[in-house]
Amino acid sequence: MTVTVPAPTGTTPSGARRTPPPEPEDLELLLLIRHFELTLLRLFEAGELSGTTHTCLGQEYIPVALSRLLGDDDFVLSNHRGHGHFLARHAEPYGLLAEIMGREGALCAGVGGSQHVYHRHFLSTGVQGESLPVATGVALALKGTGALACAYIGDGTWGEGAVYEALNMAQLWRVPLLVVVEHNGIAQSTPTAAQMSGRVAARAAAFDVLHHRVTSLEVGEIRTELAPLVAMVRQDSRPLVVEFATHRAGPHSKGDDTRSPEEIALAAAHDWYDRYARLFPEPFARIDRERRELVERIAAEVTARPPSAWERP
Amino acid sequence: MTRVSEHLNHALHDLMETDPDVHLLGEDVSDPYGGAFKVTRGLSTRFGDRVRSTPLSEGAIAGVGAGLALAGRKAIVEIMFADFVALAFDQIVNFAAKSTAMYGRPVPIPLVVRCPSGGNRGYGPTHSQSPQKHFIGVPGLSLFEMTPFHDAGELFARMFALGRPCLFFEDKVLYTRRMYEGGVVDDLFRYEVAGDVARVRLDGVAEPDCAIVVHGGMVHRALDAMRVLLLEDDIACELLVPARLHPLPELPGLERARHVCVVEDGSEGGTWGAEVARVLHPRLWSSLRRPITLLSAADSVIPAAPHLEREVLVQSARIRDAIVEALS
Ligand SMILES: Cc1ncc(C[n+]2csc(CCOP(=O)(O)OP(=O)(O)O)c2C)c(N)n1
Ligand SMILES: [Mg+2]
Repeated sequence: MTVTVPAPTGTTPSGARRTPPPEPEDLELLLLIRHFELTLLRLFEAGELSGTTHTCLGQEYIPVALSRLLGDDDFVLSNHRGHGHFLARHAEPYGLLAEIMGREGALCAGVGGSQHVYHRHFLSTGVQGESLPVATGVALALKGTGALACAYIGDGTWGEGAVYEALNMAQLWRVPLLVVVEHNGIAQSTPTAAQMSGRVAARAAAFDVLHHRVTSLEVGEIRTELAPLVAMVRQDSRPLVVEFATHRAGPHSKGDDTRSPEEIALAAAHDWYDRYARLFPEPFARIDRERRELVERIAAEVTARPPSAWERP
Repeated sequence: MTRVSEHLNHALHDLMETDPDVHLLGEDVSDPYGGAFKVTRGLSTRFGDRVRSTPLSEGAIAGVGAGLALAGRKAIVEIMFADFVALAFDQIVNFAAKSTAMYGRPVPIPLVVRCPSGGNRGYGPTHSQSPQKHFIGVPGLSLFEMTPFHDAGELFARMFALGRPCLFFEDKVLYTRRMYEGGVVDDLFRYEVAGDVARVRLDGVAEPDCAIVVHGGMVHRALDAMRVLLLEDDIACELLVPARLHPLPELPGLERARHVCVVEDGSEGGTWGAEVARVLHPRLWSSLRRPITLLSAADSVIPAAPHLEREVLVQSARIRDAIVEALS
């Protein structure tokens, strides 16, 4: 079933039409995440980071929009592209960067790294599709408490069978599960059209799971749109799939972008960063500079820390 | 100089060129991306829809590969990271391997599941594992691993000739190393390949102090240890590298070694090395002077942070120390 809500006020990628200014706290969070991710890419290039990392460039607004719809008791499950999910939930950029860099103060002793963070009610893991059954179990445990489990997955992750097994149980057992689909039209290098037959909405419908598609890129607008739906997940204890039509402005991980210049330009055209810079030069420029400098300080401080210590079980 | 990943790529090109029955499936294997480790680069451009980028569906793509094989084709399935072969366990173990025998007559399933494996790259606990051991002793299933000595084309031909499913492990650090050529490893060591086994020796040493048995991904760490053992500890080792891990081929020359040591990247417990020792013990019982030394990664998840990862996985210094201690 697809829920209909009033159409969002809509902005075009190029146009300023009726774009409401983001609240300062939202802009701060958006820009914190942006500079955190850009810093990671820079640290990689400088050889300061090893392994791999997946940045959420262009998609930051999704967890920022959701942040105020989630409460302390809600449990968030995240994936490989989880830095924004984390920072929108916990204002602990030092701990996250220390985790990614394997330094003292790391959230998980440097064992998990970028893709495997468990901190308070936030957990991410790097195997696609694994999280949805787990989220269903968490939601089952939370059922009746008013709290929910929220799981972020990408469009590509709908290839995994576990997603469907979980949706079936979630609906059968009426668990308060919020599935946030970041549909950026691509999985690593493969366009969604080349790997998904049909649509997410129809797949949710097949299990009688509520589905709602978000096309707005505006944090405030998205929040207004989703608030009653998220409240319903809690009150009625039922799963909901919220599908964001979004764009990946950066590479899949470090430098592995094989999209055409046109495709990259299209993704960039949807990026909130340039649009906000243009539409709201003040306070954008100030907050942008502040957050950039903050992340620079965080990076310098964390880089200088000693390596993380871990007591092997 | 050819890097191992390029060598594999050339082998796949040749294989698909000479055998139109070969199909290849895997996540992001098509051009221009050419696979997460670029091993399939150029194949989709050249061979069209015999090469398919798939959805994120490891279980199903292993099954589709088995279906192609059942229907008379030959299939290569790439699992992006060996860790995710866990999602294909059922298709590999309960369908592909069993189907070769459970219908009361031999049923050919020429399927090769390629698994980029191993750590030391800082990829973290779910992208660094060496899951070989989980597939040992499955009736109908063979395990192979790429080495810097073996011709990959011959290995693919060998695996398909079995007519039964094979897992083919390819170490992710090995990808970046060069293939050895012409029987020469370096100034000290020479090698020869006889069938499934590569043998690395010091010139003129017929009775080594220790024979080290490793899978392909461990070769360079073992060679580093052998060099130090020779130059600093005066211990002469030879190295045996079977490209087929299971069932284990005949390993030559072990009777003449004073000691045998098996080293692997898998975590401790139920290891490949234990299986090698099981096979070797009856054969070597009368000549062994002490128990076979088994080295594996710690009984641990593999941390993302390099300084922690290093401690968990086997490094060359640990190989050296263990051999020095065993021989002292
Ligand atoms: C089971 C599994 N298969 C493959 C991968 C490798 N991988 C990591 S992210 C990714 C693409 C995911 O695409 P999508 O779900 O659309 O998320 P996005 O990266 O676009 O945010 C792939 C193939 C994985 N981590 N887990
Ligand atoms: Mg995607």
